[in-house]
Amino acid sequence: MRLSFDIALRFLKSGKGQTLLIILGISVGVAVQMFIGSLIQGLQISLVDTTIGSSSQITISSVNKDKTIKNWERVVYEANLLSPNIKNISVSADGPANIDYEEDIDSVLIRGFNLDDADRIYKFKEGLLEGSLPFKKDETIIGKELSTKSKAKLNDKIVIVTPSGEQIKLKVTGIFDLEVSSLNDTWVVTNLETAQEILSLDSNVTSVEMQVSDVFKADEIAKQLKYTLSIEDTKVDNWKDQNQSLLSGLNGQSVSSYMIQVFVLVAVLLGISSVLAISVVQRSKQLGILKAMGIKDKDASLIFVFQGLMLGLIGAIIGVCFGFALLYVFTKFAVKPDGNPVVPIFINKGFIALSGMFAILSATIASLIPARLSSKLNPIEVIKNG
Amino acid sequence: MANIVELKNINKIYGDKIKTQVLYDINLRFEENSFNSIIGESGSGKSTLLNIIGTLDKPTNGEVFIDQNRTDTLDKKALSVLRNQTMGFIFQFHYLLPEFTAKENVLMPYKINSYKVPKEVDEWADELINLVGLAKVKNNLATDMSGGQQQRTAIARALINKPKIILADEPTGNLDSDTTENVYSILKNINKNFKTTFIIITHDQRIAEKTDRIIEIKDGRINLDLRK
Ligand SMILES: Nc1ncnc2c1ncn2[C@@H]1O[C@H](COP(=O)(O)OP(=O)(O)O)[C@@H](O)[C@H]1O
Ligand SMILES: [Mg+2]
Repeated sequence: MRLSFDIALRFLKSGKGQTLLIILGISVGVAVQMFIGSLIQGLQISLVDTTIGSSSQITISSVNKDKTIKNWERVVYEANLLSPNIKNISVSADGPANIDYEEDIDSVLIRGFNLDDADRIYKFKEGLLEGSLPFKKDETIIGKELSTKSKAKLNDKIVIVTPSGEQIKLKVTGIFDLEVSSLNDTWVVTNLETAQEILSLDSNVTSVEMQVSDVFKADEIAKQLKYTLSIEDTKVDNWKDQNQSLLSGLNGQSVSSYMIQVFVLVAVLLGISSVLAISVVQRSKQLGILKAMGIKDKDASLIFVFQGLMLGLIGAIIGVCFGFALLYVFTKFAVKPDGNPVVPIFINKGFIALSGMFAILSATIASLIPARLSSKLNPIEVIKNG
Repeated sequence: MANIVELKNINKIYGDKIKTQVLYDINLRFEENSFNSIIGESGSGKSTLLNIIGTLDKPTNGEVFIDQNRTDTLDKKALSVLRNQTMGFIFQFHYLLPEFTAKENVLMPYKINSYKVPKEVDEWADELINLVGLAKVKNNLATDMSGGQQQRTAIARALINKPKIILADEPTGNLDSDTTENVYSILKNINKNFKTTFIIITHDQRIAEKTDRIIEIKDGRINLDLRK
C-alpha cells in the first residue's frame, strides 16, 4: 500500500507536464465552481435581504372584529420564549388615516411603534435623511415622497384626519428614505401612544412583528408560533407565504447554479479519467514488470487511485486559492460607482469545503477506471511485446 | 538431487479460430542449483516455455510444478506471491522502472512484499550492486545508465529476494560481446555462491557451451538435451 503510494508519487513527478495539466484542470474546475457558487449565493442572500431584510418576517395579527390584540404583552412574551431563532420582536399600532395638505387630501398609513424595537426591523435611524426619531407624543417622521407631496419640511406640522374625523397635528421630526417608494409615500411613523390615540385603539396594538435568524425557516417557525400561542383570534403570517414568486425565482436560480456546477464537475471528472487512462497505457511497461515481480493486482490498482487522490487534493487546494483570487479580483474590479461590488459575494466555508471535497472525490472516482485497467493488465503482454 | 522445476506434457496452443500450436508435449525437469541454457531458432517456442515456467503464461494443457508444488492451477494472487518469493526474472529488455534509481529498482521486489527495508536487506542490496559492479551509479535513475549497466541492475534486482530460480530470456541479447562475457561470469558466480538455479535462453553458442546443460527447442519440441 505504501509502496503503491511511493510509485504513484514517482509516476506523477516523472510525468510533470501531464501532472501539471491535470492539476490545472481540476483547479480551474474547482475555482469556477466556487466562484459561481459564491456569486449565486451572494446574489440570493442580497436579494432576500433587500426584499425582506428590513421588514417583518413573521407577523402576528388579530382576526377578531376590531382587529386589535389586547393582551399583546403575553404574545411578545410567548414569542420570545418559543425559539432563539426569533429576534427583533416589535409591536405596532397601525391603521389608515388621511393627511390634509390644504389644497388636497391623501390617505396614509399610521404606524405607531416602540421606536427602539421597530428600529431593529425597519432601520429608521439609518434611513433618516435628516432629523431624529419621533419619541415624543404627537411627533412623526415621514418618507421623502410624502414630504415632497405635502411640502412638509423638518419641524413643520402635518395635519392628520383620524378615521373618526378629528384633526390632529403632528410635528415632523425627521424625513426618511427606506428605499421602497410605497413606504416613503404613505407611512406616517409615530410612537405607540400617538398612533393609539389617532386610531382610537386605547392601549391595544394591531400586530406583533418579528424577524428570524434563519430567514428560510420563517414558515416553520410561524407554524410553531401559531400552535403555541395561547391568545385566541390571531393569525400568523410569514414572508415565505407572501413571496412565493421570489422563492420560486430563487429556486430556479439555485437549480441552474447546481447544473453549471455539476457540468463543471463532470468535465473535470472526464478529463482526469481520460488522462489517467492514458497514463496506464504509458506505464503499462512498468506495470507489467511490477506484476512479473509479484505486485498484487490490488496494489497495482492502488497506484492509480493514489494518483487520482493526490491530483484531486492538490487540484482542490490550488483551485480554492484560485477561487479566492477570482472572488477577490471580482470584488475589487467589478464595482459600482460607490465602490461596493456589483454583486455582493458570499463566502460560505461549508460550500467551499464541499466543492473541494467533491473535486477530491471525483478525482478518486475518475481513477477507478484506470485502476481497473491496470488490474486487468497481463504482464505477459508487456513482456512479449517489449 | 531434487527437481526445482518439473514440466509434464506441456502443450501450448495460441488462438481460438486459427490455432497455432507452439509447444508439443514438453516433459522437462530442472535440478536444484543447476545452470541451464535453452537454445533454438527464433520462433521455436523458447520464450513461451520460459514464461510458462515463470507462471507468467499458462499451458493449454499439462502440469507445471515449481519446488514440488503445482502452479498452473493457482490463482493470480498466489502466483504473485510465488513469483515474488521464488523467482527472479531477467529479460532481454531490462525493464527497469525508469522513475526509480538503480538501487530503488534493485530493492523493488523486496518492497513489493514488505515496505520496510531492514538494515541487512539494504546491505544485501549494496552487496549485489557491488557484485555487478554498479557501486558508482547506484543512485542514478535507470534512464541515466548505459544498456550494460541497466542489464546488470536487472540482475541484481532478480537476486534481491534470494530466489531459488532465475529465469533469463536472452539477457545479453542487446549487449556487446565483452559486456556479455562479463554478465555471464556474474551469473555463473551467483550460481556457485548462492546455489540459485538458472534457466537461460540464449542464441549465443559460446555462452551455451559454458552452461551445465543445453536444451535445444525445435518447432516446439525438445530436439536435444545435453548434460555435461
Ligand atoms: N499470442 C500469440 N498468438 C499467436 N502466436 C503466438 C503468440 N505468441 C507467440 N506466438 C508464436 O509462438 C511461436 C513461439 O514464440 P516464442 O516462444 O516467442 O519463440 P522464441 O522465443 O523461441 O523466439 C512464434 O511462432 C510466435 O509467432
Ligand atoms: Mg524469445
